[in-house]
Amino acid sequence: MFSRQSRRTLLAFSASGIALTLTLAGCSGGGGGGGANADGSVTLSYLVDNQEATVATAEALADAFMAQNENIKVEVETRPQGAEGDNLIKTRLSTGEMSDVFAYNSGSLFQALAPDNTLVNLDDQEWVGKLDENFVNTVSTDNGVYGVPMGQAMAGAVIYNKDIYAELGLTVPTTWDEFIANSQAIKDAGAAAPIVQTYGDTWTSQLFVLGDFNNVLAEDPDWAEKYTNNEAKYSDEPAIRGFEHLEETFKAGLFNEDFASATYADGVRMVATGEGAQYPILTFAASQLMTSNPEAADTVGVFPLPGDDAATNGLTVWMPGGVYIPKSTEGDKLEAAKTFLEFLATPESCDIQAETSAPQGPFVIEGCDLPEDVPAIVSDQQKWFDEEKTNLALEFLSPIKGPALEQITVAVGSGITSAADGAAQYDEDVKKQAQQLGLEGW
Amino acid sequence: MTTLTARPGADTAGPDQGRDAAGKKRKGIKSPYPLWFYMPAGVFYVILFLVPTGASLYFSLTRWTLFEQEFIGLDNFVQFFREQALVQGFINTFIYAFLTSGLKVVLGMLLGVFLTSQIIARGFLRSVVFFPVLVSTIGVGITFEVLMNPFDGLINQTLAAIGIQGPGWLTDPQWALLSVALVDVWKGVGLATLIFIAGIVAIPQEYFEAARVDGASSWKNFWHITLPLARPATATVVTLSLIGGLRSFDLIWAMTGGGPGFTSDVIASVIYKQYQAGFYGLSTAGNVVLFVVVAALIVPLQAWLNRGEKDA
Repeated sequence: MFSRQSRRTLLAFSASGIALTLTLAGCSGGGGGGGANADGSVTLSYLVDNQEATVATAEALADAFMAQNENIKVEVETRPQGAEGDNLIKTRLSTGEMSDVFAYNSGSLFQALAPDNTLVNLDDQEWVGKLDENFVNTVSTDNGVYGVPMGQAMAGAVIYNKDIYAELGLTVPTTWDEFIANSQAIKDAGAAAPIVQTYGDTWTSQLFVLGDFNNVLAEDPDWAEKYTNNEAKYSDEPAIRGFEHLEETFKAGLFNEDFASATYADGVRMVATGEGAQYPILTFAASQLMTSNPEAADTVGVFPLPGDDAATNGLTVWMPGGVYIPKSTEGDKLEAAKTFLEFLATPESCDIQAETSAPQGPFVIEGCDLPEDVPAIVSDQQKWFDEEKTNLALEFLSPIKGPALEQITVAVGSGITSAADGAAQYDEDVKKQAQQLGLEGW
Repeated sequence: MTTLTARPGADTAGPDQGRDAAGKKRKGIKSPYPLWFYMPAGVFYVILFLVPTGASLYFSLTRWTLFEQEFIGLDNFVQFFREQALVQGFINTFIYAFLTSGLKVVLGMLLGVFLTSQIIARGFLRSVVFFPVLVSTIGVGITFEVLMNPFDGLINQTLAAIGIQGPGWLTDPQWALLSVALVDVWKGVGLATLIFIAGIVAIPQEYFEAARVDGASSWKNFWHITLPLARPATATVVTLSLIGGLRSFDLIWAMTGGGPGFTSDVIASVIYKQYQAGFYGLSTAGNVVLFVVVAALIVPLQAWLNRGEKDA
């Protein structure tokens, strides 16, 4: 009796043991691994966001690369954009299940990945010397350089319909008051929505605040440093003005009727077709424009979000995102991945990028030039770049960007929260981020 | 009832019948199964529930990343309750839970009574009511997000056809949470109905026959027989739907993402966003709060709802 019972016990134990081992094995099974395929070739997975234009470029680059390197196969994978995508990247990096090569933002979002712990240091690579210094700073820590640029620099600015401006005899505004006057004139004409907002994609709501940063720096050149050291706040002048502008335009009824549900793609289409006149957005909208409304390439132009002073009117500039190799890529795959990144830094790669998706601004790699026939969104920017009236966006000057900004700006832009409350909420959000990053003085 | 409980112990009780009467206590301890039988389940319970619960209690007191941690006492909880968005999420959770739970009980009971009465196509109608339960929540969420689009959505276009200007179901801060709750009820009422049907069918027909002899109306039948005797079913539905409502996340996330702004955030979505932003300590603290709130609400509720059942 006793022996039978204990045998059963043993059986039950080993059964549960096996089940447990299987579960644990399942957890660690997804990791990269460095092996080559049976025929000696290596397959790299390349993770990019799921925008149409991004995917088209990634696939063209992969094809061109594979034509030169027969032993390496590159498979493009996609991920969601925005906060959802950030989460996916962080989770996959920390569980060691990241694709072999991946594209992601530079600047503060890159810093939040804890690059020293999760990414492969590339500062010994030859191409690093050919990159724009501003860019190198946005993909580096004190311990290394981690990424190669993908795409071009861009601006956070207002894209506008030139036909509407011409029809109503308006000129490009250089101060906020002129911008409001123009918007009011467009509203009075009645044909188009003066300002397009698209809260169906919440990230688009941040531009009034983020794109205003050139004007913040115009008043206080050390603002970014003070902000990082917990000495400058969004609830004070001059930074609060971005929130105030958003509130003011909502209260004046200058938005498109469907601002709460419209999407980014809707917004770009509206400006292209003349349903909307002005849309504060990142100029990578050029690629969306060339995908959905190529006929409007010369109709849609761009100007900086104006501030109080016409003399300091200038563009807030974003550096391109980078392509990185996670530490989980090892052995043959790591070598292959480095070869792939080296290819991405060549002028040939730039040409493919410019061909497959419309450029959004100048390249940051030495020897890479834009083609002649770029859309007006891109060529219009040249004026401010030539006059050197540009400033980097805050996310490249400080590691802190509060994650809830997009929800806060939606609330302010929908009239749910006042500008002052929104700015105060954002300060609180920024504080959490600074504490999580372990910065001094918070 | 007594014969039923005596049966499993019957063969062991045989030889020591004399001792049985001596102590009730002893009978309670003596189980027909050896203790070893509980071990596999016990191991899983400890590894998958007790250990993570203990660990999260500790980690809620730290600011941690996957590589390092810093003990900060109760700061995370202070932060959690100080932020306006988080407090709003707390209030919304209760509105959402009580609204969906209440509607599920009332509608589920009505549908249960309706679907146990003699009607045409009863089996088919039961399937129709139950069908939404089988569909993926995310799928339902995305479908309704499209249907509820203020301009191009089918709902508002239908309303427009009969001359009503529908609200921005998911984009108007007044409506967003309510719209999601209504979809939740649509999706979950089938399960409540199923439980009520089982409860109502189990009521012996003799009561209804006796009531008919006494000339009771169908309303009196419902009020004095169906409702009190279906109490165990009601208790189950209230408990299940309240717990479900308090920790609901998937539907809200699929439909509004907590928006516009923070107006339809609930505790679970706030916790998710904190995690998404990399505030691991804060989101762990949020989970501890959620655990305590659900337990503090459900344990007494369960005890109260089941009290009547045991007395009966």
